Amino acid sequence: MPAGRGRALATITRVKRSGKGARLLDKRLVIVTGKGGVGKSTVSLAIALAAARQGKRTILCEVSNQEQLSRAFHRAEVGFHEVELTENLWGISLDPDEAMREYVLLQLKVKAMRDLLFRSRIFTYLAAATPGLKELVTIGKIWELALDDRKVKSGRRYDLVIVDAPATGHGVGFLQTPRTFANLARVGPIRDHAEALDALIRDPKRTGVAVVALPEEMPVNETSMLEERLESEIHIGVDRIFCNGLYPERFSDSESASVAALVDLENGDEDRSVLVRAAARAAVSQVRRARDQRQQLARLEELCKAPVTTLPFLFSPEVGAEQIRSLSEELAL
Amino acid sequence: MASVAELLEGKRICICAGSGGVGKTTTSAAIAAGMATRGKKVAVLTIDPAKRLADSLGLSELGNTERQVDPSLFEEAWGDPGEGELWAMMLDSKATFDEVVREHAPDDATRDRILSNRIYQQLSAALAGSQEYMAMEKLYEIHAEGRYDLLVLDTPPTRNALDFLDAPKRLTQFIEGRALQVFMKPTGFGMRVFGRGTSLMFSVLRKITGVDLLEDLAEFFQAFSGMVGGFRERARRVNELLSDSQTSFLVVCGPQDEPISEAVYFHGKLAEAEMPFGGVIVNKVHYEAKLASDTDVDAGELREELAEALDDGELATRVADNFDDFRRLSARDRDNVERLATELSTEAVIQVPYLDRDVHDLAGLIEINRYLFASGSEERTALAASS
Repeated sequence: MPAGRGRALATITRVKRSGKGARLLDKRLVIVTGKGGVGKSTVSLAIALAAARQGKRTILCEVSNQEQLSRAFHRAEVGFHEVELTENLWGISLDPDEAMREYVLLQLKVKAMRDLLFRSRIFTYLAAATPGLKELVTIGKIWELALDDRKVKSGRRYDLVIVDAPATGHGVGFLQTPRTFANLARVGPIRDHAEALDALIRDPKRTGVAVVALPEEMPVNETSMLEERLESEIHIGVDRIFCNGLYPERFSDSESASVAALVDLENGDEDRSVLVRAAARAAVSQVRRARDQRQQLARLEELCKAPVTTLPFLFSPEVGAEQIRSLSEELAL
Repeated sequence: MASVAELLEGKRICICAGSGGVGKTTTSAAIAAGMATRGKKVAVLTIDPAKRLADSLGLSELGNTERQVDPSLFEEAWGDPGEGELWAMMLDSKATFDEVVREHAPDDATRDRILSNRIYQQLSAALAGSQEYMAMEKLYEIHAEGRYDLLVLDTPPTRNALDFLDAPKRLTQFIEGRALQVFMKPTGFGMRVFGRGTSLMFSVLRKITGVDLLEDLAEFFQAFSGMVGGFRERARRVNELLSDSQTSFLVVCGPQDEPISEAVYFHGKLAEAEMPFGGVIVNKVHYEAKLASDTDVDAGELREELAEALDDGELATRVADNFDDFRRLSARDRDNVERLATELSTEAVIQVPYLDRDVHDLAGLIEINRYLFASGSEERTALAASS
């Protein structure tokens, strides 16, 4: 489908089902979050690829996670530049120091003033020491990327900005930063800026939130807690949950019973029973994990309000470009 | 090779470090419980444990002080621990920060100024490394009280597993930093320190921040400046404790390429900082095909044998295909663990298999401990093979 038509259709959908419930890719900004080690970066990239494939001009932002994008695309370094990764897909690594610099450049139009500030040690110390400031300017850059009329010179207009957000260690701090600063700075440019960022994050028409989880006890609990806290503390809902790494159901109950019987096999010549036993043992593990995971998946669906999409466990030893591409087709976006 | 009990022989502090999602919390709890069954009085300091794990440790009431796991419950699950006791605590970072401020503030006025400062109240959690620092601070405090034979610390789930090592230093740097000195003099914004041009600088700065935010910041930095001495001294002692020979760092990781590389990197950082490295624990290793991956597998033959044993050719094919998948993962894990052992040039690599069941309760901890406390890798392999 040509990009133009897709966009027209998207507009109609948006009008019909405004805010929550609108397709994730019809938002302007999608924040992908979740606990560490659940495959958040991989899923973010898969979402970005799916969006690009649908003809959306998409940019994927890494927030301080060590150039994973450049690794996935075999590039030297993405850095604080909008780098084209593939058709319709750009990437940027959001370095807070660079974001701070850019923010000052955009705020102070007079060159002499900027020079004064950049030369000043006080500014450097303050910028480094003020708690939360790095997060604020990072979100500021995300907001800038999502503007129709970009602030940076000859900035590209994107249909969709996808953020691979920091892992939720202790809750929702990162997304709360703009609200905190808006409250702290009662008046002035930071307050206005923080208000704008907060408004963007909390606008369900423009911003979507996706949480990546695993079908295991702890990640399920944490996903449900995260959904609750996003709602109660920042007043935003989760649009989609991606439950990653789900084992396939390879054997029926009766099949697994007959395979399990082989595990206790202790007759015949030794080599044979060892191998047969090991193969049967692997099948038993597979069945148990698949079953446990489905219980956890059911808990996830019960505990959380957002719809859950499952992604398959990848048995390939490495997760490379090919695997991520096939994952992006499973996202049902 | 080694067992956790050997690695922790004569140690007073065990710090489990690693990136998020590798099972650090579970491993910390399992180590603490295992040492308690060996007659030690152990406390585990954890951050954000799984609800059921917390319940099973008797931590349903969470607070910033240690609580003992019910001895009768413990004995029921683990057997008689003799003199051993298991205590657990969940760290409340903000409450600890408040305690630190109360302790280090030179006078009541400074203390109140900090505690009531809006920036402190809303943003102290965002202060570079503060959560990590507070974990260290609590560790130091409990250690100084000397009530336990062993403290096990589950480090915070930071983006960067190394953050906590620098935390004391970063916080001291912040306290000592020029940013503070700038604001030391309530009037003139540190003109004496920075000379002419400073007030112009501040007027430019105000353009960006707005007046009252800058004033709040000034107030915040000024209030903290009174605590420089106390903080510096404390950070120095925390650092001493971390590098003490009675402390042991255990690196926790997973068997995939990335966590293994992170563990190698982390080990290098520990060496650089002259911190005592104890060993590495690799969780969720695909062990199941261990025996078979040493043997050449004739796929056709195996399929036939399975078909015969199961009396179902189609099912046999699926069982064999599934086995292939697991063997590939197993081979990858084995290569990665070998790479890890080589790069770290250590024999202290303890592998815990990817168990059939997700670990989040007392029973799961016991299962893990069979591997953590096994006498060597041979016993571990035998355990995995017989499971």
